[in-house]
Amino acid sequence: MSRSPGLLVGAGLTLFFALLALASLLWTPFDPTAFDVPARLQAPSAAHWFGTDHFGRDVLSNVMAGARTSISVAIVAVGLGMAIGVPFGLFAAAAGGAVDEWAMRASDIVFAFPALILAILLTAVLGPGALNAVIAIGVFNAPVFARLARGSALSLWRREFVLAARVAGKGRARISVEHILPNIGDLVIVQGTIQFSLGVLAEAGLSYVGLGAAPPTPSWGRMLAESQTIAAIAPWTAIFPGLAIVLCVLGLNLLGDGLRDAFDPKLRARR
Amino acid sequence: MPSSKFKECVDDTALRGLRPGARRILERRAKKSVRWFSSKFRSAVDRSFAPADTVGALRGVRDRAGQNRPGLELTLTERAARFSANWDLLGRALALLCLALSPLACGAPSSAQRRAEVVIGIPLEPPNLDPTAGAAAAIDEVVYANVFEGLTRIGPDGAVAPALAKSWSVSADGLVYEFELGAGVVFHDGTSFDADDVVFSFERARAPDSTNAQRGYFEPIESIEKLDVDRVRIRLKRPSSAFLFNLGQGDAVIVAPESAATNATNPVGTGPFRFAKWRRGDQIELERFDRYWGEAPKIARAIFQILSDPSAAAAALLAGDIDAFPNFPAPEIVAAFEANQRFAVVKGTTEGETILAVNNGRKPFDDLRVRRALCHAIDRRALIDTVGFGYGTPIGSHFAPHNPDYVDLTHVCPYDPARARALLAEAGLGGGFTAKLMLPPPGYARRGGEFVAAALGAVGVKCEIVNLEWAQWLKQVFADKDYDLTIVSHTEPMDIDIYARDDYYFQYRDEVFRALYARIVAATDPAERSRLLKEAQRKIAEDAVNVFLLEAPKIGVWNARLKGLWANSPIQANDVTGVYWSQGDD
Repeated sequence: MSRSPGLLVGAGLTLFFALLALASLLWTPFDPTAFDVPARLQAPSAAHWFGTDHFGRDVLSNVMAGARTSISVAIVAVGLGMAIGVPFGLFAAAAGGAVDEWAMRASDIVFAFPALILAILLTAVLGPGALNAVIAIGVFNAPVFARLARGSALSLWRREFVLAARVAGKGRARISVEHILPNIGDLVIVQGTIQFSLGVLAEAGLSYVGLGAAPPTPSWGRMLAESQTIAAIAPWTAIFPGLAIVLCVLGLNLLGDGLRDAFDPKLRARR
Repeated sequence: MPSSKFKECVDDTALRGLRPGARRILERRAKKSVRWFSSKFRSAVDRSFAPADTVGALRGVRDRAGQNRPGLELTLTERAARFSANWDLLGRALALLCLALSPLACGAPSSAQRRAEVVIGIPLEPPNLDPTAGAAAAIDEVVYANVFEGLTRIGPDGAVAPALAKSWSVSADGLVYEFELGAGVVFHDGTSFDADDVVFSFERARAPDSTNAQRGYFEPIESIEKLDVDRVRIRLKRPSSAFLFNLGQGDAVIVAPESAATNATNPVGTGPFRFAKWRRGDQIELERFDRYWGEAPKIARAIFQILSDPSAAAAALLAGDIDAFPNFPAPEIVAAFEANQRFAVVKGTTEGETILAVNNGRKPFDDLRVRRALCHAIDRRALIDTVGFGYGTPIGSHFAPHNPDYVDLTHVCPYDPARARALLAEAGLGGGFTAKLMLPPPGYARRGGEFVAAALGAVGVKCEIVNLEWAQWLKQVFADKDYDLTIVSHTEPMDIDIYARDDYYFQYRDEVFRALYARIVAATDPAERSRLLKEAQRKIAEDAVNVFLLEAPKIGVWNARLKGLWANSPIQANDVTGVYWSQGDD
C-alpha cells in the first residue's frame, strides 16, 4: 500500500467528495437553488468563494449539492448494474452450455451499443429525470458486471474446492452463492469503483445534454451546460463544476487502479 | 471552408508578390510541418470533447483581457476544433500554410479582399431557398430583397416602399390596385420580367394546390389582370389595409415561370444578388448580379454562414470568420462584444412577444384568480435581467411596444407575490399545487423556465420542468395541447388575432374578445381601429390569458466597419443590398 501513492490520492479525493456530498445534506454556504438577482455573476469573493451564476446562485453551494446528485446517481446506478449483472454472470457460468451462450450473447447485444448513446436513448424514451438517468446508467453497467462475474466464475468452477463442494452434494446455485461469489468479490469491487467513475461522468454527460437531473436539482453537468455561453464573462461558473468532475473522476479512477494493484497478487509480485 | 480560406490566403496579398519558386518552397515547408502537426495532435484534437465550446470560451476570456488580436493562428485552433470530425490533412495543411505565412501578410484578415464581400452568420439552415414555398424564416433571412423582389418591399423601418412596381394607384373604394412595373428588369437567368410574371406568380400563389405558406395574403384577391406589358390591375373582394404590406413580404415575391419549379435549390429572382452556391450545413453564397435594374450593391459577394451554436458564433465573430451576426441568440455573450472596439452591437426591436403560455382549458388554470396569481408571482424586470441579461422590454399584453397602437399594461398585473398567494388561497389552492412546465429548446425558454419555476415555487405552485425538442413541442404542446404551462416567443407581426382563434393551444375561448376582434378586422377608420386594438390589448391583459413576459430584443453584432445592416426586424430578413465597408483603419 505504501508504495502506491495513486491509491492514497484516489482514496483521498474520493473521501473528499463523499464528505462534500454528505456535508451538503446538512449545510451549504447558501441555498443552492435560491436566486439572488442583484448578486448575479459575481466573481469569487469572501462571501461567494466560487462566485455566483446568472441567477445569483452560489456556485460553491451548487458544486457541493451537485456532488450529492452525482454520487447518489452513480451509487444507485452502479448498485443496480451490479445487482443485475453479477447474478446474471454467475447464472450463466453455473448453467454452462447453450444457456451460457445465449445469456452472454444477450449481454453482448446491450454491450454493443455505446454506453452513453444507450443512456441517451433510454432517457429519450422514458423522459429526462434523475431516476431515469439512474436506470439508464445502471442498465449499461449490467453487462460489464455480467461478463466479469461469468469470466472469473468459469475459472473457479474448475477449481478443487468447487469440485469438493459438488461432490458434497451442493447444488449449482448454492455453490455460486457460497463459494464463487466470495471469491470474485474483490474483482467486483474494483470494477465497481471504475464503473462508479464512469457513472459520475455519465450523469454529468446526460445532464449536460439536458437528459439528466431536471432543474432545480443541482448537477455538475447542467452547471456546465448553463455556463457554456457565459463562460466568456463569468469563467468561474464553468471552471468549478468542471474541476469537480475532473477531480472526482480522477480520484475514483486512481482508487480503482490502486485497489486492483493491491488485490491482484500477480501484479504485486511483478513489481 | 478550409479550401476557400486557402484560396483567399493564396490569391490574396500574401503570395501575389512571390515568385512561383518561392511559393512552392513555402507550400512544401507548410506541408512538412503539417505532417508533424498531424502526427502529434491529430488524436488529441479528434478526441477532445465539445472542443468548439471550449475554444470559444477560452477565446472570449483572452479577448476580454485584451491579449488577443485577430489573426489566423487563432483561426487555426478554432478550425482544428470545430472541424474535428472531418478535419482532413488538407485542411490542416491550409491552416498551417496560413499560419506559416501570417508574418508575411495573410495574418491581417485580408482587409482589401474582405471589403468586397460580407460573411453573415445565421442560426438555422433554410430547408429550401424558395420563399413562396416555405414558412421558415430562415429562407427569407437569406433571399429576401437579396435574390427575390416583390412588387413592393418592406424597408428597415417596416414601411412599404416601391420595388418591382415603381408606382401604384388605389381606387377610392380601396378595391382596385393598378401597378406600374419598372422597365429593364431581368431575371438572373436572363429572361425578362414583365406583367406576365406578376400574373403567373400571384395565380400560382393563390391556386388551390399552392404550396405558399401564407395563402391568406392572396385570399382577398378577386382577379389579376395584365393591362399592358408593364401594367397590372388587381381587384380585391373587399378593402384590405394590409394588402400592400403583404405584397412586400417574402411570400409574395415575383418568380418566373421558367424557373419557378427549381427555385427551392436554385433560386432565380430579380434581385441585386444571384445565387452562387449552397454547401449544405455550411454556407450559402450569393454574388452580385451585374444586370440588376436598380442601384448596384457595393459588395460583390454575400456569404451566409450557418452557425447554430451561439458559442461557435461568438468564436467565429471574434476570429473574423464571419463579419456579422444580425440576430444574435445569446445575450449573455453580447457584453463581451460591447466592450470590444472592433464590434458594433446594435439593439433593435422584433415582433416577438415572449409569453408564459397557460393552458386555459385545463383546471385549475380555467380560474381567472389562478392565472392572475401566476402573473403576480413573476418579476418581469428580474426575469429580463437574469434570462435576457438586461435585454428585452417588459410587456403587459400581447402587443409590440414599438407599435403606435401599443398601450403599456404592465401595471395591470404587477409583481406582488403576497397577492399571488392570497389569490391562490381564494381559489381554494392555498396548499399549493403542481404544474407541468414544458420548455422548447431555445435559451430564453430553458433559462426562463428555471426562473419561472423558482418564482412560481415561491408562491406555492410547484413546477415540474420538462424539456422538449421543437418537434415534440409542436406536437405535444401546440397541436395536442397536452401541457399546463410553456414558454415561447410569438414572432409574427400583429398576431393578436391568435386570441380569437377557435382551437389555439392556450384554449382561450372568449366571445367578447372574438366580437371585438371581428370589429377590428372590419374597421376602416384608422382612429377607430387603433381604439379597438387598444381595447383588445386591455381585454387579454385583464383576463390574464397568459403571463406576458417580454418583447424579445433584436441584438445584432457585427464588425464596427460594416455599415448598412438593419437595426430592427419588422420582418425576418437580412437585406444586404445596402451593406458596405467603411474606409477606416483596421
